This record gives sequence, C-alpha cells and structure tokens, in this order.
Amino acid sequence: MILASLTGRLTMNSFPHDPMTLGAAVSIVLGAVVVAALLTYFKRWGWLWREWLTSVDPKKIGVMYITVALLMLVRGVADALMIRAQQATSVGASHGVIPVSTFQQVFSAHGTIMIFFVGMGLMFGLINLVVPLQIGARDVAFPFLNLTSFWLFFAGMILINMSLGIGEFSAAGWLAYPPLSELRYSPGVGVDYWIWSLQIAGIGSLLSGINFIVTILKMRCRGMTLMRMSMFCWSVLGSMTLVIFAFPILTVTLALLALDRSLGMHFFTAAAGGNPMMYVNLIWAWGHPEVYILILPAFGVFSEVVATFSRKRLFGYATMVWAIAAIVVLSFSVWLHHFFTMGAGADVNGFFGIMTMIIAIPTGVKVFNWLFTMYRGRIKFTTPMLWFMGFICLFTVGGVAGVVMAVPPADFQLHNSLFLVAHFHTMIISGVVFGYLAGITYWFPKIFGFTLNERLGRYSYWCWLIGFLLAFIPLYILGLMGATRRLDHYSASMGWQQLFIVAAVGVVLIMAGIGFLVLQIIVSVIQRKKNIDTTGDPWNGRTLEWSTPSPAPVFNYAVLPEVSDRDAFWAIKQAGGASKPVYEDIEMPANSGVSVVIGMLSIAFGFGMIWHIYWLAVIGLFGVVIALLVRSATDNHEYTIPAAEVERYYV
Amino acid sequence: MKTRSRLVLIGLIMLAVIGAVGWFVGSHNIAILDPKGTIALQEKNLIVLALGLSLIVVIPVFILVFGFAWRYREDNHKAKYSPNLDHNVVAETIWWLVPSALILVLAVITWRSSHSLDPYKPLVSNVAPITIQVVALDWRWLFIYPQEHVATVGYFRIPDKTPVNFEVTADAPMNSFWIPQLGGQIYAMPGMSTQLHLEADTPGSYDGSSANISGVGFSGMTFTAQSSSMSDYKTWLASAERSNQQLTVAAYSQLAKPSKNTARLTYSGVASGLYNGILGKYMPGGMMMAGLSQ
Amino acid sequence: MSVLKTQQDNRSILGFWIYIMTDCVLFASLFATYAVLHGNTNGGPTGQMLFNLPNVLIETIILLTSSLTVGLAMLAVHRKKREQALIWLGVTFVLGLAFLGIELREFGNLLYDGNSWTSSAFLSAFFTLVGTHGLHITIGLLWMGVMMTKLVTVGLTRANIRRLTMLSLFWHFLDIIWIFIFTIVYLMGGLGV
Repeated sequence: MILASLTGRLTMNSFPHDPMTLGAAVSIVLGAVVVAALLTYFKRWGWLWREWLTSVDPKKIGVMYITVALLMLVRGVADALMIRAQQATSVGASHGVIPVSTFQQVFSAHGTIMIFFVGMGLMFGLINLVVPLQIGARDVAFPFLNLTSFWLFFAGMILINMSLGIGEFSAAGWLAYPPLSELRYSPGVGVDYWIWSLQIAGIGSLLSGINFIVTILKMRCRGMTLMRMSMFCWSVLGSMTLVIFAFPILTVTLALLALDRSLGMHFFTAAAGGNPMMYVNLIWAWGHPEVYILILPAFGVFSEVVATFSRKRLFGYATMVWAIAAIVVLSFSVWLHHFFTMGAGADVNGFFGIMTMIIAIPTGVKVFNWLFTMYRGRIKFTTPMLWFMGFICLFTVGGVAGVVMAVPPADFQLHNSLFLVAHFHTMIISGVVFGYLAGITYWFPKIFGFTLNERLGRYSYWCWLIGFLLAFIPLYILGLMGATRRLDHYSASMGWQQLFIVAAVGVVLIMAGIGFLVLQIIVSVIQRKKNIDTTGDPWNGRTLEWSTPSPAPVFNYAVLPEVSDRDAFWAIKQAGGASKPVYEDIEMPANSGVSVVIGMLSIAFGFGMIWHIYWLAVIGLFGVVIALLVRSATDNHEYTIPAAEVERYYV
Repeated sequence: MKTRSRLVLIGLIMLAVIGAVGWFVGSHNIAILDPKGTIALQEKNLIVLALGLSLIVVIPVFILVFGFAWRYREDNHKAKYSPNLDHNVVAETIWWLVPSALILVLAVITWRSSHSLDPYKPLVSNVAPITIQVVALDWRWLFIYPQEHVATVGYFRIPDKTPVNFEVTADAPMNSFWIPQLGGQIYAMPGMSTQLHLEADTPGSYDGSSANISGVGFSGMTFTAQSSSMSDYKTWLASAERSNQQLTVAAYSQLAKPSKNTARLTYSGVASGLYNGILGKYMPGGMMMAGLSQ
Repeated sequence: MSVLKTQQDNRSILGFWIYIMTDCVLFASLFATYAVLHGNTNGGPTGQMLFNLPNVLIETIILLTSSLTVGLAMLAVHRKKREQALIWLGVTFVLGLAFLGIELREFGNLLYDGNSWTSSAFLSAFFTLVGTHGLHITIGLLWMGVMMTKLVTVGLTRANIRRLTMLSLFWHFLDIIWIFIFTIVYLMGGLGV
C-alpha cells in the first residue's frame, strides 16, 4: 500500500518485454554508459561541465542543440525504417515484423520526435549559433534563460526516450486526437509521456521565443537598422513571433488534455458535454503556425546560402521581408484546412481553403527572389548550394500538392491518405531538413574553425535526394490508390505492396545519407588541419559573422561592429578591410549550473506526473522554484575578460 | 565538365522519375483516378484541374532554376555578372501579381466547389434517395437501413444511379468514413452526426476504410460498398429482412464491444431509433435509449 | 557600465512585456474553451444557478484596490522610500491573500454541493479558467513575498527596482484578466446573458 503510493503506476510490468523495444532501450542505456565511461577514463567530466553543459555561450548552446537533434534524427529515421519495414511486409496473411501496439507507438514517436526534437532542435541550434554573430552582438538578451531553455528541451527529449524503456509511448498519433487519447481509450502512460515531454520542451521553446525577439530588437550593433538586418535574422524574428503567439495555445491544449486524464475533467472526453472537436481546433491553431516556425528560419538559411554562393546581393530584400510578414500573419488563419472533413460547412471550408491558397503567394514570391539572386551571379555549387537546389525543386512540387489539397472537395479524397503524408514530408524534408543541413555545413567553420569535407557532403546529399524520391513518390501514388496513413496491415488485393517496398528502399538510402553525414563530420575532424579556415571567411561571405575569426571567440567581437550596409562584411571588404581596433576589457555572462539543475528537476517533475508518483513531481516543481530563488539571490552573473586576453585572439 | 555531367544526371533522374510514375499510374488501378460515382468524378476533376493550374507556376520555376544554374555557373565567364543587382520593381511586381492572379482563379474554384460538393448537400436526382446510417465501432463498421429495419456489418448494398444519404457517427473514437471510388470522406465522431451524399454510377464492389486512427484494430476497419441494379438490391433487401439475426439493443451492445472480428453480418429487425440512441449516449440531454450504456 | 545596466533593464522590461503577451494568449485560449463549453452543463446547474454575484463583486473590489496599492508601492519605490514601499506591498499582499481566500471558499462551496470539475464540461472550463487566474495570483503573492524579503535584506537595488517594476506589471495584468473573468464568466453567466 505504501509502496504503491511511492511508485504510483510504476510496477515491474512497466518494463518492456518484447525483444525489439527492449533491444532499443538497452542499446540507448549502453550508449550512455559507454559515453560516461569514456568521460571518466579521460577525466573529462569537469571539462564537459565547465565548457559545455553550464556554458551560456550561445554558440556552445547551439552546438548542444544540434548534437541532440542529430541523435534524435537517427532515432526518428530508425522509427521510419520500422514503419516502412512493417508496411512493406504486413500484407494478407503476414502481419509484418512488429506487433500493432508497438507499431502505433513507433509512428506516434516518429512524428513527435521529428517535429519537436529534430526540427525544433536544429532550428534553435542554428539560431543560437548565428543570430548574435549576425547582429553584431556578444550574447543573447537573457543568457541564463537561454541555457535553461536548452535544458528544458533536453528534459523533454529524455522523457520521450524514457518511454522506450519504462512503460510505453502514446499510440494515438503525433497529435493525440481525443477521444482516442483520453483515459477511456488510452488508459496507459503513453499519452502522459507525450503530454509532459512536449509540455516541458514547449515551455523551453516559448522562453527561447521571447529571448530571441528581445535579442533581435534590442541588441543589434550600431548602424544595423531593421532593414539592414540579414534575411536569416528577419526570418528568425518572424518565426519567434509565431512562437510567442502559438506556443501558449499548445501549453493550454496539453494542460487541458492532462486535466481530463488526471483530474477527470471533461474538456475533450465526448461525455458530460466535452468537445473533442475543440481539441482538434486548438491543436492546429498551434500546429499550423508550428510548420512555419520550423520553415521560416530554413528559408532564412537559403537566403544567405544562395546570395553567398551566387556572389551577389540577395534579390528583392524588401519583398522578402514583406513575404515573411505576410506568412506570419496568414499562418494563423489557415488551421482549419487540417480537418475539412469534419463537416464544418461549405462557407467555413471555402474560406479556409482560400486563405490556405493565399499563403502560397508570399512563399512563391520568395522562390522567385531566390531564383533571381542566381540570375547574373557566379554560382559555386558547394554542398549548401546543392541542398538549396534540391529544396527549390522538391518544395515547389510539394507546394503544388498543398495547393491541390487546399481545395476542400479535393481534400475530401486526399485527407489522411498517404498522399497527405507524402505532401508534408516533401515540405518538411526539403524545407526544414535540407535547410538546416545546408545551414550546418555553411556555418560549421565559423564555430569550429574548419570546413566540412565537401565530397562526403555531396554523397550525403545525393543519398538524401534520391532516397527521398524513392521513399515519397510511391506514397503520393499510394494515397491516390486509397491507402490511408498509419496502417499496420492491409489486404494483398489492394496491390500496394510493391510501392511500399520501394518506399522502404528509399528510407534505407536516407539512412545512408545520414551515415555519410556522420562520416563527413568524423573525417572532417580528423582532417581538420587540411580544411582549416584561417581567414574567418571561407566562403567569401557577405554578412557580419564572417568578419570575426574562426572559430568565433567567446565574445564574438573584440570591438562591437558598426555597419552601414545590408551586406555589412561585403561592404567592409569592398572598402579594403577594417582598421586596427583598440582592445578593451569585455564583460561576459558566467556559467550557470542552475539551468542544468532545473532541467534535471523538470525530468523528475515530468516523470512524477506521468507515473502519478506525486511526491517526485512535488520535489521537482519546488526544486525548480528553489533553484530560481537561489539564482535570484545573487546579482552578479558576469565575469571580465581582460583586454590583453582579448587581443590574443587576433595575433 | 563537372557542372554539365551533373546537370545531365539530374535530367536523367527527373526523366526516370516521371517515366516510372507514368508507367505505374498507367498500368495499375488508381482508385481516385478511376471514379465510379458522380461525386468522386467531380472531385477527381478538381484534383486534376488544380494540379494543371499549379503547373503554370511550377514549369517556369523548374526552367529558371536549371537554366540559371547552367548559365551562371562559376566557370562560365561568358555570362554576365552583376553583383549589385538586387531589385527590380517590374520583375517583383510580376511575381506578386502572377501567383495572385492564379490564386484568384483557384479561389473562385475553391469557393464554388466547396458549395457544389458540400458533403451535406443532397444530390439532385429523379430517383428517390435511400438513407444509410453509418456507425463506426471498435473496430468495424455498422450500416443501418432505418426505413427497412435492416443492418449490415463490414459491407453494405446500394442500388446504382440512386443517391445515398449517409448519416455518420461513431460509438468509438473518431474515425473517417471513406470510399475512394465513390467520393471523399467525412469524419465519424461520437455524439455527432455528420452527413455524406454519394451515388454509384455502375454496379460493382468498392473498397472502403477508416481513414483516421481509432485504436489497435483500425487497420482492419475495411468494408465493401456493393452497388447493383435496383432489382438486385431489392432482392438482397428481401433476403436480408429474413435474416434470423436480429439487431436488438442487447445484440447491439454485444456488437459494440471492441473486437477485431471483421466477419460480414446481416441483421433484420433493427431496434427502431437505434442510431439516435447511439448518438444520445454521448450527448448530455440527448435521447437516451434503455439498455444502451457507455 | 551604467549604460550597460540600463540596456539590461530595458531588455528585461521588454522581455517581460512579451511574456505578458504570451500569457494573454494563454488566457485567450482558456476564454475560448470556456465560451465553447459554458452551455454544456451535462444536465447539471448553470452559472446562473451557481454564481454568487455579491461575493464576486467583493473579490473584484479587493483586486482593483490591490492594483491601486501596488501602484502606490511603485511610486514609493521610485522615490526611494523603502519603508513606504514595504507598507504598500504588504497591503497589496494582504488584499491578494483575501482575494485568494474568497476564491477558495467559493470553490470549496461548489465542491461541497457536489458541483465538481468532473460534473460537466462547463464546470471543467470554469474551474480551469478561474483556477488558472488564481494560480497566477498565488505565484504573484509568492513573488511579492520574496521581493519584500529582498527589500528588507538587500534594499532598493537596481535589480530589485527592475524586479518590482515587472511584478507590478504582472499584478496589473492579472487585474485586467480578472475584469474579463468577472464580465464574461460571472456577469454574463450569472445574469444568464
């Protein structure tokens, strides 16, 4: 009895029994143990703690985000591989390779992880790396908050992966529509894992949104008016504006579902007056802007990449800015297109269909501006530029599919089919994934001081591109054949199997693309002497970040720059370089162990809420409050870098 | 030439993709492109039309992207280089206006088709429509013929060239009722009755399924819509009315229990008002039916 | 150095304004759910039957007064009068506590009469909306307690003035949210509009 209240719903039966889940869980734990052992052997714990885990340097936070996101990308693609393996084999008399309940957890985890822990992770990673550098600042507005956001993201990631080894994950799809996600139909802990990992990571994202808006609005260097800001920063400003308007809606939606499940409320229960349709509205009122949150910064990356490698100014800067503004506003007026089939009526469907098409206009404008940036340029086809080329082609095709589905009666035939699945994967892979991979390759030398191996980057690109075509073109056709999403089994008479097999081959190829990516990083590190960037400007860049040495010093700029042009560094280079600066002492924010503690306490809180171990949840919550009080009890969180040390970076 | 060989490779990939897709679509049965009902036909035409109109933008984009990539490649010193060319009012106006005009056309199509193909709109026909009440269960479909007091599970029969009014609900989590060859889907939600109006042009068997996940048995929620001549339909109806399985409230409660059994069933003697009773289970103040419990 | 500190203050205040904006969106979502669900009483009592308007009026007066007193506290803060600031903060704290007490008593009475959040979607939405506001008030009170302690121990430092500015913003914001709750939930509900 006492033990039951101490461990909540957690019993010995909560640990996995089927070999596949067990294997995955054990391999993750083993991986962690190996890393810990290596750190101990090489006595690197102190280094890890000081230089990385507690560092408030946005460049290091960015690297940590991207590292976590790439690990999660591997997990997400492994999930995709399992989905494809199941669907390629589970036909007729065969029931495939994994049991249905596991299969449903796999696709729910795939979507959740890819959006929240890969997409968002890569995005916040790049924003951290690049924004302060591009606006000529030394840091973000709230360094402690920034690190705390990362640790909340990390806590969410740990929780979602814990579900692999302790209990189960949600089997209700990545958006967990009720009533399926309600206690009546999903009594286990799966949906609670989904709720709390997203809730904690989501609060981190919200705080980051506030942080970067203030950073961009208040910390630009002298001379950098808004209309002289880089296009990447503009797109980040747009994206973060969406974050602060959209994420509170997610917070509320998840909280209400949690209240239904834990306190017996009736928001979405389809009983006692609850309304499941309201959930679908709320979640998409967040969910559609979320798509643009992810893709706007990727658009920003492409804007930088295409201008740099065409060696030309970005075409149509002002229209680009207005297009971002239009997308930000319009993205809140299209959410209903995710459920035209709910029977809302012709007027409502028609309105949202038209709004959806209108948002294609600013996106189309951006495409033409990129194309005319290439026009009369001198285009160098480096890996980032290849990602851009792949993006333009696939994104346009995916956009067409989107416009077709924006016509409500056409959507009645395509909704929830694999055509839809293929459409949004086209947009997200070509837009978000290609965009951030281009960005990582592009800015890598600025952070680490050497460029990535071009050849392996190209191999990775071609694997991704061809793998994508093989994986998703069959899905478009399958959708037209009437195949719906999330099927764990289908009848042989449907004639779908050969296409599913092709799609599975495609995912294997994408996996190879990731393999080349990892290999590229390893080989580049080994050969770093060969690819070293001594100038700080390996690409003949245009924006401010290329004016500081590579790797960028912790303070970014010894002397805060002053700019007079949109392509600030290009203008400086045209004018024959900058004059020799006078070095001064620099005050920088100090490390914060409190953020790490908050992250760990959040894991405890989330775990307690999931398993109804309320003492643990209370400890977690009060622990966070106490940590914040401790933090606010001291007012000095800075340290000073003396001028002499600053100068050493430049000789 | 590195750039040239790469462009040739890309061209080959594109041709291979288009060829493969063309061959597959041409030689296989693609349900949505092979409509058997008036609604599905109009929806297919809409898809093709919207696709065609979008090509007005897509084709120039593809031509420009490869054209520019080729012409302005780094090693082509013959091409003009204008590093400071960064805006052109006329050009930018064109690419605000052309997509806008296209979207305007599509918007008109969207608005009109949203109304003409509104699933709630009864079909115009000189044949009297029949009504089928559809209930998504965990995990099978129940079809009730309220006037005929007949019900089926896993399949239903309809006369061809006759409008069918579907009333759709769920005694389960949300599902989506979809018969691709007859027309688009509508959600099946507990406590709510949605409507769908379809018609089959020719006799035949058309696959249907649930397009929305509703739990572990959802993949098995397939059914067949069998369309036949009116006289065949009448014959079937007469035999169904003689079925010795009766869909009483008790029998329904048994049927509504979660099950992956997808056997086809035919019932006679359907308890009157059963559909409204099922709806009432989830509606506070709704019609309560004795013997039906949540 | 002082320029740097002023910049930091400005950033914090702007950041806090943006945070308040996000909280507005949060409450807007809760108001929207309440608007959708307020009629779904599941055959149980409606707001008209449950709400005790005089009680709510007292709550409203208390909270409005506390907005005034926190304003007076801020005036004292800017005139560097620590004791005065402490007194007004203390008054605000007591008023906030009284408000919370009345609210909890209302919740207690509802629960005692069997009108729990599990009874109907309307009551779920009611308890959640009003409770979320109450939770904010609680956090505000905790914060106020911490700030009063800091005023006693550390005094009116620059950081504390900045924090007090944000706290008063927060408190006024909660007042505005309450006006909406008062109007939409209690007045319109209580009068059956």
